[in-house]
Amino acid sequence: MDFDLSEEQRLLKDSVERLLADRYDFEARKRHGREPEGFAKAMWESYAEQGLLAVPFSEEDGGIGGGPVETMIVMEAFGGALALEPYLATVVLAGGVLRHAASPAQRAEWLPGLIAGETRYAFAQSERQARYDLNDVGVTARRDGDAWVLEGEKSLVLHGDSADRLIVSARTGGSRRDRDGIGLFLVEANAEGVSRRGYPTQDGLRAAEVSLSSVRVGADAVIGDPAGALPVIERVTDEAIAALCAEAVGAMDRMHRLTVEYLKTRKQFGVTIGSFQVLQHRAAEMFIALEQARSMAFLATMMAGEDDAEERARAIAGAKVQIGRSGRIVGQGAVQLHGGVGVTMEYSVGHYFKRVTMIDQLFGDADHHLGRVARMGGLIAA
Amino acid sequence: MDLRFTPEERAFRQEVRTFFQENLPQEIRQKMIDGRHPSKDDIVTWQKILNKKGWAVPNWPVEWGGTGWDPVRQYIFLDELQSFPAPSPLQFGVYMVGPVIAQFGNEAQKKHFLPRIANIDDWWCQGFSEPGSGSDLASLKTKAVREGDTYVVNGQKTWTTLGQYADWIFCLVRTDATVKKQEGISFLLIDMKTPGITVRPIQTIDGGHEVNEVFFDDVKVPVENLVGQENKGWDYAKFLLGNERTNIARVGVSKQRIRRLKELAAIERVGDTPILENPRFREKLAALEIELKALEMTQLRVVAAERTREKGKPDPASSILKIKGSEIQQATTELLLEVVGPYALPYAAEDEGDDHLSNEPPVGPDWAGPAAPTYFNWRKISIYGGSNEIQKNIIAKAILGL
Repeated sequence: MDFDLSEEQRLLKDSVERLLADRYDFEARKRHGREPEGFAKAMWESYAEQGLLAVPFSEEDGGIGGGPVETMIVMEAFGGALALEPYLATVVLAGGVLRHAASPAQRAEWLPGLIAGETRYAFAQSERQARYDLNDVGVTARRDGDAWVLEGEKSLVLHGDSADRLIVSARTGGSRRDRDGIGLFLVEANAEGVSRRGYPTQDGLRAAEVSLSSVRVGADAVIGDPAGALPVIERVTDEAIAALCAEAVGAMDRMHRLTVEYLKTRKQFGVTIGSFQVLQHRAAEMFIALEQARSMAFLATMMAGEDDAEERARAIAGAKVQIGRSGRIVGQGAVQLHGGVGVTMEYSVGHYFKRVTMIDQLFGDADHHLGRVARMGGLIAA
Repeated sequence: MDLRFTPEERAFRQEVRTFFQENLPQEIRQKMIDGRHPSKDDIVTWQKILNKKGWAVPNWPVEWGGTGWDPVRQYIFLDELQSFPAPSPLQFGVYMVGPVIAQFGNEAQKKHFLPRIANIDDWWCQGFSEPGSGSDLASLKTKAVREGDTYVVNGQKTWTTLGQYADWIFCLVRTDATVKKQEGISFLLIDMKTPGITVRPIQTIDGGHEVNEVFFDDVKVPVENLVGQENKGWDYAKFLLGNERTNIARVGVSKQRIRRLKELAAIERVGDTPILENPRFREKLAALEIELKALEMTQLRVVAAERTREKGKPDPASSILKIKGSEIQQATTELLLEVVGPYALPYAAEDEGDDHLSNEPPVGPDWAGPAAPTYFNWRKISIYGGSNEIQKNIIAKAILGL
């Protein structure tokens, strides 16, 4: 039982935090968001130079062999800075698929470009009707000789508009909600038949609707078992949730600090408003919610590497519930205690609130995961 | 960072559990499972068994019988004890006055009292709160006036838990009323048989007799029963309360209560369906389990940080443990009420403890009886040990700097 970071992990944390402190204050973020892709390409290059894009990949794949703890460190720092870059999409989601399911030859071909920051990926998994169900895949992949032909619509593809490559889940057999018969395919974003409509999301990030019309890919584009990809999708989604929990903790922590700082400086009735007990107690309640969320983000991190899919899913679903609930308490409290300035675009706290709120909506909200934990029989062993 | 228990820690947990399985009388365990109070004899019997094993006072210095376990093992032991469930060694001796005597007492006090506390030869109770001094404990008025070799004590203590069984009481008394309130308090050990002491029971809303008022009327206490220095008692009290808070989350208790809830919710039915299969109930239970899991992780963070903390200096984060721990324990009692449904109603005099044993069979399922009394009684958890509102003040001041 040890919550301390190793020497290497501390160095990673220091370096990513320093990079963001230097180049990602709130004003810089506004500028980054106005770039054509909706994020800072120069930051992406810096992440690559610092090895952040290499974090979860094995050394033989050209990575640094980090695990969930290293991902947590990076994501928590990104949460604190409200970073806009497609780290989750490229490194955690698509990178996760490649780590878990791609052949050595595919990894050798694709990972160097990803790690170098030259090729960005997005994970085209969700669909309009699927809501949060990972097995609900209507896009089809039909075999045609050695090739596959993909047909259908993907929705809410995170950073799908700026990605160079898409990893698309598609049905190769069975009916729309079957657990079997799902495959994963690598599709060049500019391939014939792919059209994308990009748009901003509420939190200032980007997503895309992706339409696939008779998109032909070769046999070498199939990642893993073309009929048995769901366990990979579930595993990668669990890892993404763990990463988002860490990002949310980073954002909540910053939001809480900003609020406490505000309580210490804002004066009304001739005194700092932090001298009022009713506000002190609300800040204390936010702190409790933050620390409970941090604890569950640790649990999610620890369980992200668990091979037993049910144990992993149970713990990570529990963590997502806690993050969602804590996000409400911390986010709403931060806005409320800031007063009017909390609901303005020009001040940062509202942006943290929005990101944390959207994290709850991603990959299943608190209510969705609470239902899952309940159906799995809870978190406390009988 | 590795949040798993080591193989050695897991083996230790198994060793503790095996010892409990082989040595805790089944009748006492069943009482704990049923949610009934262990009797005085139950507590004494069990603590003597633990003491024989050398496990009655694991938190004490090794030379006085402590086990020398690191904070993680201390945590595992308590977690197993609570979730087994087994009675806790008597809090007032083992976790409160014992560590104070070991830290601040003189050699004679240590030699006389500590072995007797460990073996529960003396039953101790706590004399801190007074009718006018609750959250503002330092305002206490019970006074001790030195006359030659004795202190003469006059005043009143209250909320004295299990004081009806006590041989000794440790008291905070005012020895100087002319200085700042914290600087005129002393820590006295008082024999409950001393003339001038009267104990009056307070019945709590569940009908039980757990707490008492203790009156002191010209009670003569030998000066050798002063712990440490005169007027330094507040420091010792803070040390004591700091030790108390490390165990205040009672995660193991809530784990056991949730297991019990699941057992009973599998028996009780609405129509043909066990309550446990009602999705609405399951979600409430799952939400509670998630909160408890988060609390357990928070507790482990505090425990891990304890390795590098100065002893007796509580982590202000332990206020989180108190607040969430009490809320979760209380929530388990609400869910149990929901499970037993209408059979929460019948009031059985036996819930009043050993003094009122009844031969009447219970109305309804026999496990329903304690549901309402426990719900009523456990409202105390967010009040004692520094109310949850005081804990929020501590977080605001000590952690947030407001």
